[in-house]
Amino acid sequence: MDIPSDLFYTKTHEWARRDGKEIVVGITAHAQEELRDVVFLELPKIGRTVKQREPAAVIESVKAAFDIYAPVSGTISRVNDAAVKAPQLINQDCYGQGWLFVITPASAEELTSLMPADAYSKLIQQDSAH
Amino acid sequence: MEKTALHERHRLLNAKMTDFHGWDMPLYYTSILEEHKAVRQALGLFDISHMGQVLVTGPDAAATLNHLMVSDLSQVGEGRACYTLMLNQAGGILDDLIMYRLGGEHFLIIVNCANRTSDVEWLQAHRQGQTTITDISRGRAILAVQGPLACRVLEHVLDARVTSLGRFGIAPIRTMGPDACIARTGYTGGDGFELFLPDHHAQRVWDLVLSEAKPLGAQPVGLGARDTLRVEAGLRLYGTDMDTHTTPQEVGLDWTVAINKPGFIGKDVLVQQKQDGVSRTFIGFELSQGPVPRQGLELQAAGRKAGVVTSGTFSPILNKPLGMGYVEPPLAKPGTELTLSVRSQRHTATVVKLPFWKGETKQPALTTPTPATERLP
Repeated sequence: MDIPSDLFYTKTHEWARRDGKEIVVGITAHAQEELRDVVFLELPKIGRTVKQREPAAVIESVKAAFDIYAPVSGTISRVNDAAVKAPQLINQDCYGQGWLFVITPASAEELTSLMPADAYSKLIQQDSAH
Repeated sequence: MEKTALHERHRLLNAKMTDFHGWDMPLYYTSILEEHKAVRQALGLFDISHMGQVLVTGPDAAATLNHLMVSDLSQVGEGRACYTLMLNQAGGILDDLIMYRLGGEHFLIIVNCANRTSDVEWLQAHRQGQTTITDISRGRAILAVQGPLACRVLEHVLDARVTSLGRFGIAPIRTMGPDACIARTGYTGGDGFELFLPDHHAQRVWDLVLSEAKPLGAQPVGLGARDTLRVEAGLRLYGTDMDTHTTPQEVGLDWTVAINKPGFIGKDVLVQQKQDGVSRTFIGFELSQGPVPRQGLELQAAGRKAGVVTSGTFSPILNKPLGMGYVEPPLAKPGTELTLSVRSQRHTATVVKLPFWKGETKQPALTTPTPATERLP
């Protein structure tokens, strides 16, 4: 399972990457594999304020719709329009072209409350053991 | 949980499994959309052994089925089949099924797995004269081989002239003994076959079809794509699009009903409903883009509730979300624009004629009769 070491992770399977003062958000390879067949994205409007651990977007696969939670609180500054037009990018390149949205964080600390790669790796190993 | 004879195959193929009415069945092997495309463009192999196989035999078997089903059995010759419905006295649908006439008074019916027990009880309770009802599901499998390459691949694998089998025809597979048959039926809307086999033949046929057809783009297909394919073909699913509170006319299956046939169960209600009309009509609709219409969502017209979604999916062939459901009859006309609200966003759903996808038209002529030597015992 691909879990890049330079990213931060949530228990709900989002990843967050520091990009200057902003935070880029997407879903992990594990989440992508569980969802399969992504066919529709509903991303937040630019300028919307989001709160950590609250729903910020929706991904629909053929099977069902899934909430995507904001990994940190802040303001949405960009969204991935290319992925809205081609939702299969989430399955094809979840850490690259399949990013979802960018948050200008309200504070710098929240990111450090997320999991580093090794902790996330342990979490999904426990998940799959069930 | 119940397992089919191919359970080990699914595990080796790393299938994502799901609990389907108590059966541990493959949901998908790689991807629902990829498997869907394989069926439309090449070939898909399905394990549908969870479905019930029931034999109805005896001197009065046809009389029993004529009384219990809405179709006219005199129109179904030996080696032929028809899609039909079994109703309760109120005209409500107990199950939808395919009824195969193997011989004069020898029928095989394939029922939904969730209804198997209640169907068999209903058949037992309402059988006429000398009729024997036998649930032969245990120890038997059903493989569906569906897609434009199905004919070619099965000719080779079974070493039989399956091309001569017309749509809704059934014949024995002579190389596999008296209990194995092949029918040109399916649940995908395209060309394809269903094989009814003793378990010990199922694994070998599964392996042969896959090894033969994999290089041609074939894939094993799970229940996920089975659902997206049937929606695209406008085929109703029992328990989802209809149940015991649904009549054939409401769900748009009145074409199966031989309304002039004497005394079949539910007839009175259907005759009355034909005169009075219905309060809801089953429709198909599409969205130009947007979310997948999910079961239970409201369909609205002029700002008020006018119907409900029963099935929905995303079609990788038509590349748009599709749905089916019920609306008030005046809104059922193709081209009518309805509103589907999903998470407080409004989307336009346009009523379209079913099926969404019509299938390959290339079918062998039905005029070729099944040779007597190929008839089933």
